Amino acid sequence: MSVSKPLPHDAARLHVTGAARYVDDLPVPADCLHLAFGLSEIAAGRITTLDLDPVRAAPGVVGVWQASDLPRAVDCSPSAHDEPLLSGHRIDYLGQQVFLVAATSHLAARRAARLANMEVQPRDAILSIDEALEADSRFEDGPRIWEKGDAGAAIDSAPHRVDGVIEMGGQEHFYLEGQAALALPQEGGDMVVMSSTQHPTEIQHKVADALGVPMHAVRVETRRMGGGFGGKESQGNALAIACALVADATGRPAAMRYDRDDDFMITGKRHDFRIAYSAGFDADGRLTGVEFVQYARCGWAQDLSLPVADRAMLHADNAYHLPAVRIESHRLKTNTQSATAFRGFGGPQGMLGIERVMDHVAHVLGRDPLAVRRANYYAAASDGGPALRSPEARAPEEMTGQTKPETLDLTSRGAQGAVQTGAPVQAPEGVQTTPYGQPVEDFILHEMTDDLARSCDYDARRAAVSEWNATHPVLKRGLALTPVKFGISFTLTHLNQAGALVHVYQDGSVHMNHGGTEMGQGLFQKVAQVAADRFGVSVDRIRITATDTGKVPNTSATAASSGSDLNGMAVKAACDTIRDRMAAHLAGLHQSTSEQVRFKADAVHVGGEVLSFAEAAKLCYEGRVSLSSTGFYKTPHLQWDRIKGQGRPFFYFAYGVAATEVVIDTLTGENRMLRTDILHDCGASLNPALDIGQIEGGFVQGAGWLTTEELVWDDQGRLRTHAPSTYKIPACSDAPDIFNVTLWNGENREETIYRSKAVGEPPFMLGISALMALSDAVAACGESYPALDAPATPERVLAAIRTVRNGV
Amino acid sequence: MDITFLLNGESVALRDVDPTTTLLDWLRETRGLRGTKEGCNEGDCGACTVMISDAAGAKALNACILFLPQLDGKAVRTVEGIAGPDGQLHPVQQAMITHHGAQCGFCTPGFIVSMAVAHLEGDHGFNDALAGNLCRCTGYAPILRAAEAAAKEPVPDWMSHDSTALGNGAATERPAIPERRAEHPPSAYAPQSADELATLYARHPDATLVAGATDVGLWVTKQLRQLDEVIFLNRCADLQQIAQTDAGLRIGAGVTMDRVLAAMSARHPSYAEMIRRYGSAQVRAAATIGGNIANGSPIGDNPPALIALGAILHLRYRDTRREMPVEAFFLDYGKQDRHPGEFVEAVSLPDQPDRLRVMKLSKRFDQDISAVCGAFNITVEDGSVTAARIAFGGLAGIPKRADAVEAAITGRPWSEDTLAAAWDAWEADFQPLSDMRASANYRLSAARNMLSRCLLADMGADVDVLEVMP
Repeated sequence: MSVSKPLPHDAARLHVTGAARYVDDLPVPADCLHLAFGLSEIAAGRITTLDLDPVRAAPGVVGVWQASDLPRAVDCSPSAHDEPLLSGHRIDYLGQQVFLVAATSHLAARRAARLANMEVQPRDAILSIDEALEADSRFEDGPRIWEKGDAGAAIDSAPHRVDGVIEMGGQEHFYLEGQAALALPQEGGDMVVMSSTQHPTEIQHKVADALGVPMHAVRVETRRMGGGFGGKESQGNALAIACALVADATGRPAAMRYDRDDDFMITGKRHDFRIAYSAGFDADGRLTGVEFVQYARCGWAQDLSLPVADRAMLHADNAYHLPAVRIESHRLKTNTQSATAFRGFGGPQGMLGIERVMDHVAHVLGRDPLAVRRANYYAAASDGGPALRSPEARAPEEMTGQTKPETLDLTSRGAQGAVQTGAPVQAPEGVQTTPYGQPVEDFILHEMTDDLARSCDYDARRAAVSEWNATHPVLKRGLALTPVKFGISFTLTHLNQAGALVHVYQDGSVHMNHGGTEMGQGLFQKVAQVAADRFGVSVDRIRITATDTGKVPNTSATAASSGSDLNGMAVKAACDTIRDRMAAHLAGLHQSTSEQVRFKADAVHVGGEVLSFAEAAKLCYEGRVSLSSTGFYKTPHLQWDRIKGQGRPFFYFAYGVAATEVVIDTLTGENRMLRTDILHDCGASLNPALDIGQIEGGFVQGAGWLTTEELVWDDQGRLRTHAPSTYKIPACSDAPDIFNVTLWNGENREETIYRSKAVGEPPFMLGISALMALSDAVAACGESYPALDAPATPERVLAAIRTVRNGV
Repeated sequence: MDITFLLNGESVALRDVDPTTTLLDWLRETRGLRGTKEGCNEGDCGACTVMISDAAGAKALNACILFLPQLDGKAVRTVEGIAGPDGQLHPVQQAMITHHGAQCGFCTPGFIVSMAVAHLEGDHGFNDALAGNLCRCTGYAPILRAAEAAAKEPVPDWMSHDSTALGNGAATERPAIPERRAEHPPSAYAPQSADELATLYARHPDATLVAGATDVGLWVTKQLRQLDEVIFLNRCADLQQIAQTDAGLRIGAGVTMDRVLAAMSARHPSYAEMIRRYGSAQVRAAATIGGNIANGSPIGDNPPALIALGAILHLRYRDTRREMPVEAFFLDYGKQDRHPGEFVEAVSLPDQPDRLRVMKLSKRFDQDISAVCGAFNITVEDGSVTAARIAFGGLAGIPKRADAVEAAITGRPWSEDTLAAAWDAWEADFQPLSDMRASANYRLSAARNMLSRCLLADMGADVDVLEVMP
């Protein structure tokens, strides 16, 4: 059985030999043009004069376009049609695309793009959260507010309360392969686009729009990305569109990739947040009421900010039952890069808010934060029996939000979805619900926490840390164990669908295609393992092929950790269709029944005979059996009203716990991780090796977000950290010295693909344990609460130490 | 400029190369070898790492900021040349598959080359050997497991071919096959000795001197500057000597930082540790001590250490030589005491007992530019400070000595009271700026605390987070 085997990534051999091709590695025809954008040098204002003659005159330049040169209004937005490909007169951020250069080489295009004479009339830029609040600069009319119970009254009547604010920075994706696209013009105005994208359908849609052709005239192919992390969900649109427009205008292939600095300056990043909180609690630290006000800095365009901010609200509870809660969310519009999807999609920010509350409450009470966390956990799942069903979702009855443009991309997470107004989800007797009314029926963190606390020796190490801190004046240690509960499904319900296309050839080889994209997470291999298992063949019989909008249409982005859940099920459906046809035909040939035909160990067992899979395929072909099928899947049981904040947006929850120990230098604030132990829930893993890879990598990326990775804009709105020389993602030695990762031995109570669970995003938030451990270490320096903000650079850690010592 | 080198075992001769063409661009765009990746184009991510061998052995370097003329006479091995001639995987390749060390795969070719170099050289300090290779997917754990597993396997025989071929003179044969003629190549020179350089530079004082290109490379790849005249220093063997003299250790300006590190590891281990962190293996193998001084950066990490050690800088114009303390070279932001056509020939470190402590403060430990770099050379006799040389990078427009602080502690007891009394001297010495690396306030506070750290360390306290074991 191929499922659950720790097989290597399908392209591992290609990766290590340098033979794996990324977009910029594809051989291109000799007449291929190379593109670069000219960028704005101010954050807000108007271009009064744009002199592009020096650009046109530069060596190698073939064409130059500004907004007025384009055949129609060309938009790159995945949501609100507010991102013109080229700016026109109005400038909304520093780094915005103003004009487009096509030249005979990448270097020639880059050189020419710097030669424009741009005269501008600046206006005051809105850069910070405070400036945006002051100017009431926001997306949507006002804050989104969800409530459960009367949080204010609960806080007021609680024996204790805390109030505070946490600031958390954004994060650059730093996919190692920058954004890239290549357009190859075809006969009759058709276009083929190779794109480094998590969302080929979105690229297809946006390119078709830009060219003024139906979607059927555009085919998008994505074999692999050199990393995505959400940064290639919508941010590749501009390059693909630019390439297609130039290819269409010139009849020549056009390629574009961003130099790393341009990539930093142009593309969106994780939203930075400020979260203000008030919490009421009892003597054990059990919360009676919580209020959060979340401020998200969304940048200049809407992009995916609304669902990102929604997901921050949806994870304001993390693993904790909040009897009364109020969450207010402000989506602020600023003159900075348009913040976008990034692993966790707002979830990490929302979750960090409540983890800060837990830490703060524990400090007030002088209790171990882990005890406070446990006291607030949701009630345990009762018996792990069959899932209790909420009522089925009803058909959409009304659309809300903005007027729906005719060219709305329905497959984007930024689309305004149908609001479902079905009957409220009913929680079974004794089952607690989230702030948004979803029953929490699969809660396994009690057992997972017990297990990890035992295996990482939490109690003894807690004592050892205290002892160290009592005897060491300069270096202090800290320890924290934090949980993750992450909701799995797209919150725009209709995106929870997937398609697949499977062919069995007459020689028994299998060609597999689905809507998911490969960005390193091992999706293709996991899904191939599913296909191999359905046919009872070894995985090397399955040919994994590039994602292609011509093979599987109307796909959702490979995002929201959904890749294996959705595409695995779609491929399974396609394989089962073919397998059932084969079984029926072979049973007929051998006087047996379909049910008795067995596909296993690369053979087909029928009526006492054993055929090789290749023989079986040949027989079926000769018997005129169709050996090709599509497959389709849609996630069941979802129902969600994002305006009210009520329903069941998630099919299930994925869980994890991490314990991290750190050391800090109280003289400089320097700090590092010493040890991390993780226990993570992947259900019944499809591939434990690939899943552990996601957990290790997700943790380090999450810890990087909260420690070394700092985005700094100056007062002109210029991003000063725009390359790896100034923006520091974790390096090799930044991973914890001791790093133990274990998979929870369980299975998904919901009927997912082989009872596995999604793994892409949840482990990212295990990195919160690093920040909480730093807070613990800082707290050892004095009496006051550290209130440590993120990223916890040496400077912030030193500032927090001062706060703690001075009792501020 | 004409150059010859070995590429994956084959001799390559190029005529009239544009001297500021990077190896990466040439590999990918001209040669069609696209396994080597561009991740950042500034030497910070390692996706473009290639193996460069010469008589001294094999090193990992960043192809994105390596100009073609720097390869002359050397052997280049890219990821395509790491597997055996019949496609047999190198042990590091097999281990990366077995241990799931590649996810998206884009950084992988660079890792493979760095790992193959470490494997060949028997280097087992993997955190350090791989500090210049960024991975965003794996969290590094499986890569380290792979490196450790591969270290148990022998070096494949094909990995020794480059040194054999270089020994046979393969890279210096010059087949007369022109590959490409650049349209407007800048004038480029490659003097063979310091004497030749002295004559040439005096004649072309506006030329750009290129040693390791870890800085000048970025002028080309990021600022898109077109250099009219370039003088490559890589053939000046006499600038690459380290020699013990009566005056101390004389280090030629062309000595790369990996060799400075080796020379300092016994003499001044704290300086060596700072060099380990200041640049990745790829950067240390290219960057030279002369370049790090001569570019005058206020945040260069060598000058504070050299100033604290009382190092002397040797400058040369034609046959005229000058000497000065290193601190005297830095006049003002962007301005050094160097005349047109004059170059840094060497730096010499006086012999002395090791009292040096160098502290480098940055957001990330490895391969990060300092917010503050402090160097402390404090002599304490009978509980009192009898001499102090203290210098900082990152606190002023130049690398600068802390004169007032030195004066405030010299002749006083080595104690907390003395440090407290020196409080105001810091502001007399330094008025740092705020930028994306740190605020002015933090810079000054941390600098003060660094001196406290020296004292506490002398009192026996644990003061280094890098030395704490889990």
